[in-house]
Amino acid sequence: MSDNLRELYQQIILDHNRSPRNFGKLEAANRHAQGSNPLCGDMLAVHLRVDDDRIAEIRFEGSGCAISQASASLMTSAVKGKTTAEANALFRAFQAMVTSRPSTPIDRDTLGKLAALGGVRQFPARVKCANLSWHTLHAALESQEGKKITTEREQE
Amino acid sequence: MVGVHGLSTAPRAGFDVERVRMDFPILEQVHEGRRLVYVDNAATSQKPHAVIDAVTRYYENENANIHRGVYRLSAQATLAYEHVRAAVQQFLGATDPHEIVFLRGTTEAVNLVAQSFVRPRVGRGDDVLISHMEHHSNIVPWQLVAEQTGATLRVIPITDAGELDMDAFRSLMTHRTKFVSVVHISNSLGTINPIEDIVALAHERGVPVMLDGAQAAPHMPVDVTAIGCDFYAISGHKMFGPTGIGALYGRANHLADMPPYHGGGEMIRTVSFAKTTYAPAPAKFEAGTPNIAGTVGLGAAVEYLKGLDWAAIRQHEDDLRDYATRSLLKVPGLRIIGTAPHKAAVVSFVMEGVHAHDVGTILDEREVAIRSGHHCTQPVMDRLGVPATARASFALYNTRDDVDRLVEAIREVREVFGT
Ligand SMILES: Cc1ncc(COP(=O)(O)O)c(C=O)c1O
Repeated sequence: MSDNLRELYQQIILDHNRSPRNFGKLEAANRHAQGSNPLCGDMLAVHLRVDDDRIAEIRFEGSGCAISQASASLMTSAVKGKTTAEANALFRAFQAMVTSRPSTPIDRDTLGKLAALGGVRQFPARVKCANLSWHTLHAALESQEGKKITTEREQE
Repeated sequence: MVGVHGLSTAPRAGFDVERVRMDFPILEQVHEGRRLVYVDNAATSQKPHAVIDAVTRYYENENANIHRGVYRLSAQATLAYEHVRAAVQQFLGATDPHEIVFLRGTTEAVNLVAQSFVRPRVGRGDDVLISHMEHHSNIVPWQLVAEQTGATLRVIPITDAGELDMDAFRSLMTHRTKFVSVVHISNSLGTINPIEDIVALAHERGVPVMLDGAQAAPHMPVDVTAIGCDFYAISGHKMFGPTGIGALYGRANHLADMPPYHGGGEMIRTVSFAKTTYAPAPAKFEAGTPNIAGTVGLGAAVEYLKGLDWAAIRQHEDDLRDYATRSLLKVPGLRIIGTAPHKAAVVSFVMEGVHAHDVGTILDEREVAIRSGHHCTQPVMDRLGVPATARASFALYNTRDDVDRLVEAIREVREVFGT
């Protein structure tokens, strides 16, 4: 296996893909958003319960590639219990990481386990997969429920 | 360029894949020590020297606008352009070069027929019939017409194997049916449709038929006269020609009846503010300066295809399909999507526990180029209950060795995902 592939498909990613955390519906949710990348066939819904500006509960549903599933799973684990401002800061740090050059150092202190997704930087076509759940979360936090989120431009 | 610089076109007896591979410079590419395995031919095909050289030669020596200048170069370019029309006419088995319209490709051909032929002829209570296995380019133009006219778009269902349900087709054909448009060979499943039966059934009721031939032209000789269809669309880039050029065959009487699609230069007879009169078909549909270099390249592609032994190629591609199918089915948890008995060398598959996109990325690391996704046929994916497939689509220059490399890379997918 090439180093790039090993970096992309780290154990933690394969593990979150196989057994996604915080997967399913959330009865008590008060924020929702949906995202899809139709070209890849990735689909995602994020449900949140935000109490006093804090993410008390978060779950996601959907199907897609290992990167999109693992990213959603890691994201839910990372933002649970955070304030919306903290979640948005993580969103920005995550964006900065996945869109940076492969040689750029990763801010592991801020990102924690999310740093595992840094491997997508070697695979420009896969950045949108890692991004989808975060953009969907962002829309949910902004209460843009009706908006269809995608990280893919129409292309063929 | 056809007939002008054309090399000898005596068909090559038999089929020597190694010799054919030498015609395609890109296939020599080696990336990080690995030879390129290109098995995404349904998306676009690679180009032989003959095509690349014809386009270069055109720009280096022959470039001029057509149908305008009185000078030598312009006259030659015009001649070359019209020569390709005759070559495409022969390639498709049409009877008259005026039945060939040069367009950007299959997508534009479907849009032209939808807007110029069908739209004026349908209204509320009328049906246009397509199938569940169409490419988006043979769906969306009809949805537009349906919205514009109030006509209803009806869909011929497909079976689990990915074949047209011909009984359902028969019952969908009613007095309301005004047009039928179906794909000749499915790009996502490989199914070769019984187009002669479709045309016969539709014509019994006097209903015209369009065929999307984007995937057929690179794999088999097409004879629109024998098929009897009313319209047939092809894309140059799928048949070893350049991008941005394709052709529509349309029966002369239909083309004559159709209003222009785009307005501009080239497509008129006389223009005044009081009244403009149009040139006859096909010029009527070729407004503006066309893709002359692309057309020259398409001519070279057609010439190239003419020189090949198609019975032998058919055998070669069938062998690749069967060998790939057999080899892939040995991979645990792999399922083939599209199992029609009558099938081109397209093998779509899904792997248990692994998304098609991850398959594509891992194969790319092994320099194996396949397509993963919905292949612009979302309804097919929905119908067969898969979010996406990985697809290997073969062409005449692929080999059993390519299949081995594909399967080896897929075994690595299993390794990565540890299942
Ligand atoms: C079956 C089929 N029809 C239509 C098209 C559209 O062709 P183009 O993009 O060349 O217009 C394609 C290719 O993408 C195809 O595979």
